[in-house]
Amino acid sequence: MLLDVQMEIQTGEIIALYGTSGVGKTSTLRMLAGLMQPDSGYIQISDETWFDSSKKINFAPQKRDVGLMFQDYALFPNMTVRANLEFAQTKNTDKKLIDELVEAIQLGDLQHQYPTKLSGGQQQRVALARTLAQEANVLLLDEPLSALDSDTRHDLQDFLLAFHKKYHPTIILVSHDIGEIFRLANRVFVLKNGKITHTGTPLEVFAEGNEKLIGRVIEVNEIQGFVAILIGNQVVRKSLNEKFNEGDKVLIDIVF
Amino acid sequence: MEWSPIILTFKLAFITTLILFVISIPLANWLAFTKSRIKPVVETLVSMPLVLPPTVLGFYLLIVFSPSNGLGRWLDEVLGLRLVFSFGGLVLASVIYSLPFMVQPIQAGLSNLPTSFREAAYTLGKSHRETLIRILLPNIKPALLTGVVLAFAHTIGEFGVVLMIGGNIPDKTRVASIAIYDEVEAMNYGLANAYSLFLFVVTFAILLIVYGMRRKTIL
Repeated sequence: MLLDVQMEIQTGEIIALYGTSGVGKTSTLRMLAGLMQPDSGYIQISDETWFDSSKKINFAPQKRDVGLMFQDYALFPNMTVRANLEFAQTKNTDKKLIDELVEAIQLGDLQHQYPTKLSGGQQQRVALARTLAQEANVLLLDEPLSALDSDTRHDLQDFLLAFHKKYHPTIILVSHDIGEIFRLANRVFVLKNGKITHTGTPLEVFAEGNEKLIGRVIEVNEIQGFVAILIGNQVVRKSLNEKFNEGDKVLIDIVF
Repeated sequence: MEWSPIILTFKLAFITTLILFVISIPLANWLAFTKSRIKPVVETLVSMPLVLPPTVLGFYLLIVFSPSNGLGRWLDEVLGLRLVFSFGGLVLASVIYSLPFMVQPIQAGLSNLPTSFREAAYTLGKSHRETLIRILLPNIKPALLTGVVLAFAHTIGEFGVVLMIGGNIPDKTRVASIAIYDEVEAMNYGLANAYSLFLFVVTFAILLIVYGMRRKTIL
């Protein structure tokens, strides 16, 4: 698949990259971080060129002021949670920031544990905190909150917003969660087959012309006469007045 | 029983392992991550001692370092270094001969680590060297230990290479394996047995301690 992406992002924006898996979201982040080399094109951050194929410029990852949160977390097993965060601090070695981060990810009690002792969700929070500890001006977050339950996810979205308000990094976030994109992002880029098909605010992108909800029938109960329909994460029950099969896609009118 | 062949054997194994540890880490690191086209050539050279009869290696080392030939003469005249029939020559030959036993476990350990460890360290601004020392090596401790144990054990067991380049000079190149052979030749089975048993017991004990330690660190 050819990945052909053109994005222009303002300093301090929070951008969401949205699309099904395999459309090139992670590859886009890896190219920005310098872990993958585009065949052609350029990457410019403020007035610094990180990559330009025509001028043969290609900054090493170390020289790019960027933090990347990996989908597999990439926590270092030989270091405790706290040591992982401290290892990320390159700009200054302010212990207060580490304390603040450890508290924000709700892992104060586990900060001296090794990552392999933690659950998947806890590891994901450490990975997020480590990326923030770096204090890079550009943050690339690959599904940063996907492994968390909805309450913790909500808390960490709040924290990310607070962090952004305080340090103003530019954030590019890969997310499948439309609710999360609405809460966090100013703009969305929708990637499809290696190309950006839509750009705009979350409302423009997701709600345009969408006055109906699409649901999927998950249970048909003819004896009691209802169907159960899954819409997003919610299940609604509707009386059965026509023939449905499980798996049918249905349109639901919203009546306010 | 004389102690000098036993002491010489362990001295040789210790020095060889130390040198191998220092040179194998950068070599294994290069082999694990390089995209160079000469990688297969280097890999083959490193692995050659696994398949070559030790006498072949010993023979060529003997030829190359003989003072009557170019390089050997240069070493002898300019640096005063004579590598045939000397302990220094034994060390050099042992390092070459045991190289794959140290390099291969370390290389395998490094290439089995998730790529994201290195990538994460690089995006955190860490140099290749710092990544190797602080992230990669601490996470392949069992592989490092395996390399050290194999190289050490293999050097103790050496015979052919040592005999070819070192000969059988008491206190200089007469290691235990050669002393055993010598005593058998002279029909001194009792003495040969004493050396053999000693080597057997000591190496068994060393390996047992190391593997016992390894079990603890892994669990």
